Amino acid sequence: MSNRIPPKPKSPAKVVKRIIIAIAVIALYVWTITSVNIDWGKIFSQRTIDNFDRIIPKFFDPAFGETGEILIKMVETIFIAYTGSLAAAIIAIPLAFLCATNMVRNKFLNTIGMWILGAVRAFPEIILAIIFVAAVGPNPFAGVLAIAIGSTGMLGKLYSEVIEGIDMHIIEAMEASGANKLQILFYGIMPQVLPEFLSYAIYRFEIDVRASSVLGIVGAGGIGTLIHFAYSNRNWDEVGMILLVIIVTVTIIDQISSFIRRRLV
Amino acid sequence: MNKPDFVPSSLYPAKTKRTLTLSFIAVLGFYLISSITTESFIINFFLKIGNITELVGRFFPPDWSYITVIYPKLFETIHMAVIATTVAVIISIPFSLLAANNITTNKWLYNVMRFILNIIRTIPDIVLAVVFVALFGIGAFSGIIALIVFAIGILVKLMSEIIEAIDMSPSEAIKASGGNTIQTIWYAVVPQILPQFISFSLYVFEINIRASVVLGLVGAGGIGQLINQRINFLDYQAVSTTVLVIFAVVVVIDWISGKLREGLV
Repeated sequence: MSNRIPPKPKSPAKVVKRIIIAIAVIALYVWTITSVNIDWGKIFSQRTIDNFDRIIPKFFDPAFGETGEILIKMVETIFIAYTGSLAAAIIAIPLAFLCATNMVRNKFLNTIGMWILGAVRAFPEIILAIIFVAAVGPNPFAGVLAIAIGSTGMLGKLYSEVIEGIDMHIIEAMEASGANKLQILFYGIMPQVLPEFLSYAIYRFEIDVRASSVLGIVGAGGIGTLIHFAYSNRNWDEVGMILLVIIVTVTIIDQISSFIRRRLV
Repeated sequence: MNKPDFVPSSLYPAKTKRTLTLSFIAVLGFYLISSITTESFIINFFLKIGNITELVGRFFPPDWSYITVIYPKLFETIHMAVIATTVAVIISIPFSLLAANNITTNKWLYNVMRFILNIIRTIPDIVLAVVFVALFGIGAFSGIIALIVFAIGILVKLMSEIIEAIDMSPSEAIKASGGNTIQTIWYAVVPQILPQFISFSLYVFEINIRASVVLGLVGAGGIGQLINQRINFLDYQAVSTTVLVIFAVVVVIDWISGKLREGLV
């Protein structure tokens, strides 16, 4: 059998690039493994086994007595997520138009918009929450602000991609027939982008429900407050119950949101 | 062609308008309810703007001498993300095969896998960290385990979707010519998914970096610990240095991993 497949052509630049990447990865691992400090003796000790015996059974015996209080806080969490993501869904629109290269034909402004969105996305919500708790006090409003700012980054980026993908022929046709800027916005752009905007906003609400459920750990309201109290007091049955409520709520919201999104697009 | 004898009075049919109005009222109504219950009106943001600017003022100038304290913790964060991503990638390979319905033809096993994954994905990363800190004690190890569990949830979900979308003809051909299951996976599935697999692994690494930043808040190692500590000491200038360093690291790692992923897919 001599009908072998001819070898793939290899460019030397590619080979060099691969070698550099391989060396970088190996260096990263060597650095990691040599310098990470984990006290193995402490982890595989009798104490860990005791902890397992003490904590794990509690999770399977959740404190159903606390259900009422937990549900109230869960509703508050959903409200925080909702208020925050609605604000973000609106704030993100002008930023998205600023970033879209087919709307604002100015490379400089596009780049500034991208930088703003990128900068916002680099901060984890919980760090924003810490800052806002310090600014407006430990209340749900801090959580709302953290969610609103944190979501704007992702929504703005997704929105601007939607805007860049629209059919520009319609807008040219409207321009040619004498429509002004506002008319183009309402009859040319909005009908094309709104369904996807809504779909992304609802998707982000899903993420925000998860995010806002932990913001309370730093004092920004919602069910996280209860998590914080429960684990500080070592009430693992209560933590178990809170987790159960979070899991059920998030699953239900995911189902509803994916149902609405399927209908929208 | 004769002229159309019916000219629509409006661009949208009356039914669409009615539905839109109703949904708009529902969205707004729910917003009002959430605003009132969480006592968070966006107007408050502008009323408290003096408070916020005053606080932001206290964050400046950043205390650059604090950076020597940050470095070791920052490296610990990166190490945690590297180890957690590596382990999660290795563990998620068999699980993503089990959670793909074209590889796992057993309906029962497939549904059980999906159910477990959905539950894992609804648990917030920081709650996982709380639990593992209680089990293994304070330190990087608990954080790594939390990140592994968190990353597996995301990675298996993304990967199983890619596996479900592959072209099944090569695997049928290999099966028909007598290849066993391992051979089918190795020669038919792996070549089709490898680029996406590496791309998702890098993406999960990005997510892990962000997540490991916040895990320190509950004592699971990494840079979050410093933020928590400094906030409690009201040492805002050190906090702002930490936040800026985190920001720079996240941006740089996102950029590198974005470049690598562009080259892959």
